[in-house]
Amino acid sequence: MDETTVISCTVNGEAVEEIVPARLNLVDFLREKLDLTGSHVGCEHGVCGACTVRLDGVIVRGCLTLAAQVNGATIETIEGVTATGEVADLQEAFLARNAAQCGFCTPGMVMSAAELLTVNPDAGRAEIRDFLSGNYCRCTGYQAIIDAVETTLAGRKNGGSTT
Amino acid sequence: MSNQHMGKAVPHDSAAKHVTGQAIYIDDIVLPAGHLHGYVSMSPKAHAQITSMDLSAVRTSPGVAAVISATDVPGAIDIGPVLPGDPVLADGWVEYAGQALFAVAAGTESEARAAAKRADITYDDLDAILDIETARAQGSYIVEPYAITVGDAQAALAKSANQLSGKLAIGGQDHFYLEGQVAVAMPGEDGDMLIYSSTQHPSELQHLVAKVLGKSSKDVTVEVRRMGGAFGGKETQAAPVACQAALLATATGRVVKVRLDRDDDMMATGKRHPFHVNWRVGFDADGVLDAAAFDYLADCGYSPDLSLAILDRALFHADNGYFLKNALIRGFACKTNKVSMTAFRGFGGPQGMLGIEAVIDDIARHLGIDRLDVTKRNLYGRDGTRDATPYGQRVEDNILPELIDQLEASSDYRQRRTEITAFNASHSHLKRGLALTPLKFGISFTATFLNQAGALVHVYNDGSIQLNHGGTEMGQGLNTKVAQVVADEFGVPLDAIKITATHTGKVPNTSATAASSGTDLNGMAARDAAQTIKARLAAFAAEQLGADGENLSYADGNVLIGEKTLTFAGFVRQAYMHRISLSASGFYATPKITYDPATRQGRPFFYYAYGAAVSEVVVDALTGEHRVLRADILHDAGRSLNPALDLGQIEGGYIQGLGWLTTEELWWDGEGNLKTHAPSTYKIPAAGDLPADFRVAFFQGENREDNIGRSKAVGEPPLMLASSAFFAIRDAVASVAGNRLNPSLDTPATPEKVLMAIEDIKQRRDTEQ
Repeated sequence: MDETTVISCTVNGEAVEEIVPARLNLVDFLREKLDLTGSHVGCEHGVCGACTVRLDGVIVRGCLTLAAQVNGATIETIEGVTATGEVADLQEAFLARNAAQCGFCTPGMVMSAAELLTVNPDAGRAEIRDFLSGNYCRCTGYQAIIDAVETTLAGRKNGGSTT
Repeated sequence: MSNQHMGKAVPHDSAAKHVTGQAIYIDDIVLPAGHLHGYVSMSPKAHAQITSMDLSAVRTSPGVAAVISATDVPGAIDIGPVLPGDPVLADGWVEYAGQALFAVAAGTESEARAAAKRADITYDDLDAILDIETARAQGSYIVEPYAITVGDAQAALAKSANQLSGKLAIGGQDHFYLEGQVAVAMPGEDGDMLIYSSTQHPSELQHLVAKVLGKSSKDVTVEVRRMGGAFGGKETQAAPVACQAALLATATGRVVKVRLDRDDDMMATGKRHPFHVNWRVGFDADGVLDAAAFDYLADCGYSPDLSLAILDRALFHADNGYFLKNALIRGFACKTNKVSMTAFRGFGGPQGMLGIEAVIDDIARHLGIDRLDVTKRNLYGRDGTRDATPYGQRVEDNILPELIDQLEASSDYRQRRTEITAFNASHSHLKRGLALTPLKFGISFTATFLNQAGALVHVYNDGSIQLNHGGTEMGQGLNTKVAQVVADEFGVPLDAIKITATHTGKVPNTSATAASSGTDLNGMAARDAAQTIKARLAAFAAEQLGADGENLSYADGNVLIGEKTLTFAGFVRQAYMHRISLSASGFYATPKITYDPATRQGRPFFYYAYGAAVSEVVVDALTGEHRVLRADILHDAGRSLNPALDLGQIEGGYIQGLGWLTTEELWWDGEGNLKTHAPSTYKIPAAGDLPADFRVAFFQGENREDNIGRSKAVGEPPLMLASSAFFAIRDAVASVAGNRLNPSLDTPATPEKVLMAIEDIKQRRDTEQ
């Protein structure tokens, strides 16, 4: 239980080396060791998606990934993708359509939507709905979120990755 | 006053922080070194005497700083919000599986959890009541059954040309706020306590923390910046963890955080009340009701909590939008050995409405008339007749007839009815269903004294404004709306106003942000504060600047004083130099409302909010699976203060209601253990469950009452729009047997239940033939 391990990884572009308990999960590592509290702990079952982060370019559940597993990996969180500006248009679309109410699910939702934007730039509403079905939102009823993602996809198609 | 912000689709004040992960929730607060994590051990028994509790091994477990049980509580043990019945830690016996036994503080959460497992507790089991019918049979009630009556229902029933009876079991609902219950307790000097809590009710929490610590309210301060969702689940249910954190902080002298993980949260905290509704009605050949007798049986769980007010609201909504000339509406507050059921968006109203919607549905099918026609024929009148509710309030602002007409047209209801009938005739396994349901929801706390609010507005001498009010932000955008009101009062841009965290040291004695009342109450209180400051400024302008105070006009960051224009900042700076107070508290008490609990008659509601929805579903008759294909909503938000935020409430409310009525199933085993205590087994709607075609519109109108900006409350009512989906499913099920027999379908209408209803109706059809 108290066994620890040393990990080196890149988090939001910065090299990190930390001693972590072997059982520490990734989202707790990010939140507690690195103060990256934008990733939220919602269900700790891998269902709600509030802890969604990017691991070597692909989204994962921060609660189902151990910190020990990310040795040598590259991690990006909501703070990182915000800083690089890669999702500025998506964030602007969320804001404009009131796609966040309490905001607790939003960082995870943005991370998942960001992946959809890159893997399926031609997604229609049905694909958006399917893709985002792994991220729970209890406030909005999703319509605003789907609208925001659709707007962002259309914006990128019409040239430029930012609005 | 200018009108530059009210009515505009201004973004949520925290939107930029929400989308970047910068919004701070309680669990994100950086705590001082040496802080501790609390863990609360829960009862594995639904009803038992605790014969011994040996916590010595817990105390010696690694990292443990303190262990407390009921005997260690310095003040009162009971933290029942209205009536006693909720011990902060079990005091000799347990009344539900999940009840708090003792609390541990340790260096880490896992140390605290591991320590708690080392407790040695023995029990003597007692008989547990785990369902509504057993409670009724044994007379196990929170209060004695009571009734709202109008006319003579029994006599009218006997004379009615047609009679029908039926019953409906309505499931409960877990709030599933994405942020679970959490609190941080920071001890200060003199035994003072500062609490950061995710609560809808800071004042009550302040009072209860003081109570368990043996202190008074002046010694405790509660702050809440925002909640990660609440939906009623943080009205009373935030208090236990805050009290437990405060007790542990007092015991250790250190900062303590208590955060429930999802499973613990779902097992330990209250939910929407499951109900059984039994009814008997009499009606004429057109389906118009002569008489109705309803029994509403609420599963209240083990303690009163807010159940009496919730049952009241269920009974107040047994009419929904329909005139009941003769009615006997009885309420039974059943006490069971389950978690104490609590507030949840709608607060009993949804269960109340669902009963009479089932009646309308059954009458329609019994007479072979479209449900929409039976709906229309039973609506309250508009000409001063057929307008009295069973509790004596007159429905003075009934807009349902025109609202329904508009929705009927915009949704192509009749055309689609024809198409669906044809579709069902030509498809053996896929069956479509369609239903329109209206809603009328009473706005005000039914406990009249709660309809008050305070605010505190500071204008600084640089022209910037700090705004405080007693309401709490849970995502609904309350702070944004109140800021819109204050910005228009002072004629300043929104960014001149800082909305601060709700703080019991700034606005005292507040009511919960609940009952959809947040904007109505706090918007008015904030406006009152602003107007107090403006009155002082007018007097100052008259005296020092030779202005006629009546002619001050605030707009675009300027103040027009007679012929002179000053910037707002310049003006208030001058007022400050002349020693004018630029800070004021404001207050509001809702007018007109009065209710006599003894006679159960009066005007409990300031006004009503209305809406209607049409849902179309397709059901797979072989599996019971179903989808909502299309939903059309027309909702009354009065003159909306902020259409973007209100739209969010309508869309989100419908989907949350859809979850309640179709997928979210609470299931307790025979020992009283909730087995659906995680999202793996408890299914809330996901993006894929949204109707593919979802059309939401506002009804154009304004509040007849002098509510803030002539708007209407919009927090709870839209949830009830989802009943249209349930009755559409019922319609599809009925089509299996020729739309003549009434399906027996309870909520949530899971595929399993739908399939059983289909098999049942087929059997009944075959027996008939």
